[in-house]
Amino acid sequence: MNNTLSESSATATKAIPLSIDDLTVAYHRKPVIWDVSLDLPAGSLVGVVGPNGAGKSTLLKAVMDLIPRASGRIKVFGESYADNRGRVGYVPQRESVDWDFPVDALDVVTMGLYREIGWCFPVRKKHRQAAMEALRRVGMADLANRQISQLSGGQQQRTFLARALVQDADLYLMDEPFAAVDASTERAIVDVLRDMRARGKTAVVIHHDLQTVAEYFDYVVLLNMRVVAHGSVKDVFTPENLQKTYGGRLTLLDEVTEAMRHQRRKL
Amino acid sequence: MMSRSVLIACGVLAWICFLAMLGFATELGLQQEGLQSEGQEAISNIEAPNVSLLKSRSSITDRRLEWPTWEQWWSLILLRDYNTRVVVLGVTLLGAAAGMVGSFTLLRKRALMGDALSHATLPGIGFAFLLANQLGWDAKSLPLLLFGATATGLIGLGVVLVIRHSTRLKEDTALGAVLSVFFGGGVALLSVIQQMDGHAAGLESFIYGKTASMGIRDVQLIAAAALVCILVSFLLFKELKLLCFDGQFASSRGFPAIRLDIVLMGLVVTVCIVGLQAVGLILVIALLIIPAAAARFWTEKMWVMFLISGCIGAAGGMVGAGMSAVFARLPSGAMIVLVCTVFFLLSMVFGTSRGILVRWLQRTQLNRSIDRQHLLRAAFELAEPKRVSRGTDNEIVPQDGHREQVTVSMQALLGKRSWSSWRLNRSIDRAARDSLLYRDGDGISLTARGVIEAARLTRQHRLWEIFLITHADFAPSQVDRQADAIEHVLEPELIRELVSLLDHQDIVVPASPHPVEEMKS
Amino acid sequence: MIFAISWNWSLDGWIVLAGILAAVSAALLGNFLVLRRMSMLGDAISHSVLPGLAAAFFISGTRNSFPMFIGAVFVGVLTAYLTQWIRGMGKVDEGASMGVVFTSLFALGLVLIVQGADRVDLDPGCVLYGAIEQTPLDQVQLGGVGVPRAVVTLGIVTAINTLFVLLFYKELKLSSFDPALSTSSGLSAGLMHYLLMTLVAITAVASFESVGNILVVAMLVVPPASAYMLTDRLPVMIGLSVALATLAAVLGHLGAMAVPAWFGFESTTTAGMMAVASGLIMLLALAFAPRHGIVVKWCNQRWLAISILCDDIVALLYRREERQLPCVVLENELCRELQAGTWSIYFSLVWLQQRGETTDANQQIALTEKGRDRARNLVRSHRLWENYLASQAMVDGNRLHGLAERFEHFTGRELREQLDKEMDAPSHDPHGSVIPVEKREEGTSL
Repeated sequence: MNNTLSESSATATKAIPLSIDDLTVAYHRKPVIWDVSLDLPAGSLVGVVGPNGAGKSTLLKAVMDLIPRASGRIKVFGESYADNRGRVGYVPQRESVDWDFPVDALDVVTMGLYREIGWCFPVRKKHRQAAMEALRRVGMADLANRQISQLSGGQQQRTFLARALVQDADLYLMDEPFAAVDASTERAIVDVLRDMRARGKTAVVIHHDLQTVAEYFDYVVLLNMRVVAHGSVKDVFTPENLQKTYGGRLTLLDEVTEAMRHQRRKL
Repeated sequence: MMSRSVLIACGVLAWICFLAMLGFATELGLQQEGLQSEGQEAISNIEAPNVSLLKSRSSITDRRLEWPTWEQWWSLILLRDYNTRVVVLGVTLLGAAAGMVGSFTLLRKRALMGDALSHATLPGIGFAFLLANQLGWDAKSLPLLLFGATATGLIGLGVVLVIRHSTRLKEDTALGAVLSVFFGGGVALLSVIQQMDGHAAGLESFIYGKTASMGIRDVQLIAAAALVCILVSFLLFKELKLLCFDGQFASSRGFPAIRLDIVLMGLVVTVCIVGLQAVGLILVIALLIIPAAAARFWTEKMWVMFLISGCIGAAGGMVGAGMSAVFARLPSGAMIVLVCTVFFLLSMVFGTSRGILVRWLQRTQLNRSIDRQHLLRAAFELAEPKRVSRGTDNEIVPQDGHREQVTVSMQALLGKRSWSSWRLNRSIDRAARDSLLYRDGDGISLTARGVIEAARLTRQHRLWEIFLITHADFAPSQVDRQADAIEHVLEPELIRELVSLLDHQDIVVPASPHPVEEMKS
Repeated sequence: MIFAISWNWSLDGWIVLAGILAAVSAALLGNFLVLRRMSMLGDAISHSVLPGLAAAFFISGTRNSFPMFIGAVFVGVLTAYLTQWIRGMGKVDEGASMGVVFTSLFALGLVLIVQGADRVDLDPGCVLYGAIEQTPLDQVQLGGVGVPRAVVTLGIVTAINTLFVLLFYKELKLSSFDPALSTSSGLSAGLMHYLLMTLVAITAVASFESVGNILVVAMLVVPPASAYMLTDRLPVMIGLSVALATLAAVLGHLGAMAVPAWFGFESTTTAGMMAVASGLIMLLALAFAPRHGIVVKWCNQRWLAISILCDDIVALLYRREERQLPCVVLENELCRELQAGTWSIYFSLVWLQQRGETTDANQQIALTEKGRDRARNLVRSHRLWENYLASQAMVDGNRLHGLAERFEHFTGRELREQLDKEMDAPSHDPHGSVIPVEKREEGTSL
């Protein structure tokens, strides 16, 4: 175990976990991201911070090929995302699924293993044990058999986190895991994140609470349609940069975007 | 309990499979003996007014509902009659397949997609018939008609998807438009066909469903298609479940969500098409919706829901087809649907997980426990001043069984909250039964157990109140109501957190942050 | 002759009138169903009136009776109510609860009808596709003139629906657009919902006998949907839907008589053909609606691509002139430089010449003065953007060109002036090229 661990962390340090080059996404009427280029350091906790509509979720979805991108190259550990899916774990926003669905917490976590289990093969005991272990790590072991709508918001979020954990990925993409969760869930998530870092994994976390950024993360990306700044929290998380991120938008860019959309629709 | 229901479901399924195999084994045997030639058989089946049993009884003039004799019932239940057996088993398999596939489409919120699809099959049936007639083929051949049905059904489905994706119209409008226009076209075609030598009568059975028009070959086709659907649903259960739950996650994990969607649509198409003859194109959608919706009331597990849904579908198919075989002139499609509806209603009322009865019971239980909590806390708080004056200082010592109790008058209790004396008395009776308190003249006294429980509740309530005042900036006069709303759902985990947050590590009941007497007003 | 139709006013006139009335009354209500995304509820209601009809038949023993009408309308409204109830009580998805309710009711009606077939002459086929051809046979005397009963009934229903839409126009609009606001401003969205459903049920029942319920469903959904493709304004949409419904009814009847004749048959169901006609109209609307049509949208995209290519061509020529390269180019050179297909280049060139912006002598392309103006503005936009992106948005130097290349096509004069102002009228772009000065049109002063 230790051996494989150090091995995987060795490869993780060799290749950049996530490298985005000239990424531009323009879709429907939603916010767009322009020209994002990033290289994220391995083994760090990366906070993505920016105002509403800054394209934070769009960035993650574009990385995972969930939405078409207008331009740009994305490398995950030096290869394309499709080749390295197994090394990426995704924690979507809580609103993205129907919580009335007839599955329990354990089922949801097991879904993280479906790819490893393979087509048409049933879920076996060892998979359920692995899922149970992941639930234990987020402090939900005794709620494993609850139907998911009967979990509190924070517990649902932890279930999603456990689903990502069970994949044993090297890069985790998390879409607002701290949104509207209780204090104990927040603590549980932070513990898990630190544990990940200790094992040499990388987590990219969309975050909205500026007060905790410095405490939780060691690397930060300030995003507002484009990357305003990125780097270690110490260097980058400064009042001026925040002012640039949250302060006035580039109105002319907005205008030309609007003009493009309008032309495309009307003409 | 879960595992038992799974077992039962498996048992029923096994029985169905056994009967199916039995049916086909005998059928094969018959074929080898050459008792019936297939061509004749198909024709005779189309002409026959019903499957078999009451062939002699049903005449044109006699149209009353005949109550079958015990013997006929018996022969139906044992599936003694060969034709009935084959038809009933075929429809049963179809029902099982539809129930299973339907549980996916229901959860994918595509329940009505099949409706547009099945309506869109009608023009295809008409075209296939006309074409076959022109080319001099057997225009009644089921595979041919179903091929036509599939073609226009898929076109209809495609139109729905195109409209939904590339125009401003919403899905419901696309469904409604495709459904009515294609069906209108089909009706127009059928009307033309009827002018041809009058041998188009068989086509009508596709609209309302008529098991009587099914030949052995047709049943074989239906059963085979149904079995394939069941098999695929079992094999891809895990993947389809993931697709229905969280399609985006599925594609982020590398599952081809679009292709899985196509597989699911393919299953729906297959079920709809082979169900046309037995259930009719208007009602075949019911087989996809009703069993799944009914199964949802029984469980919170997808796997169990899937099996129950299959069983309900199978039972609906079996009973419905059987009934229409025993009773004269009961359209099989409508019977199958009605049997499923009965299952649905039963499930909706008695379902163990989401049924109305269960939910009502849960609500009543919750209300009772809330009432009890209110009662205990009221008694505790009313007795509190006296207890304090005696110098016990709210100290709760569990092992202290013997304590001089304080009587609280009914009058005071009634004044404490806005509850009716009837409700209060019921609540007191129930609490007394659990020996949390006892009646004491015109009032009540808490027992030692009652005091401990009441103290715990009061402590929770007050901790929450203090939390609201100190951490959420509520005014002390408001917190009682707020805490009231939330105290019943406080989980131990949260209480622990509250305790650590508020630094009340001891088990002493904290003093109320607001004057308790005020609550009387 | 293709349209060998024997038109008989006293027969076909009434049939078409009945069809038009049924279509119009349904289309009026359908507008709001489509806007409220409840088209399928219309379908459900028109299916589930069957047991109401059958039960009322059994009780009253006659057709065309008032109790029967009431019974069917009641069941229709019940469908809407039960759908809501099951959805609420059983936490079932709306589509599914609708499916449960209407299939169950339809099945029940079917069984009732088949069982009572000896006492009542109502066959399920009639409910589905009606007997519009027989409308002229059943007449009532109205002011000395024999008018088909169906026409009278449908006329009344059409009048009621028209009145309803006219009187409650703004309430319907508000409750369809924003139910919460509607309820909070004292107009219960629920009440409007059930009022609308009651009228849908009444329309379905009134039409079932003459045109059958399939035409009701078609007319509830298809003409309003076509109208919705054609316009963005509610009053226009309602008017258009009525017009299209009428057109569909007329064409449907003509089609029913003419089309089968082409293949040597007599005629076919008018109701079915009306549905088909409305479908064809909708197909045209889907494809060719002025702004939202699929074909139109596709053409617009092609056109946008061509116009961007035209921009690129003139800009390329202009830059060559700037660097004093030979400004005359060959067509295939353009293809290579701009990485575009031969056809697109060809079309763009034809278009440019048409507008007098380039000349083409022996396949050698050069700018005219007009083209040069256009190109100057483009290049100016491009370089202004590069400046802006570099100084204001801190975009990396090596990406400036690509972004500016995208923006330049969408930058009008106003935006250019804003850019110019924001950066205090720069003279050079980050790469050192001169930003050309915009040529003022004659007569405009600074």
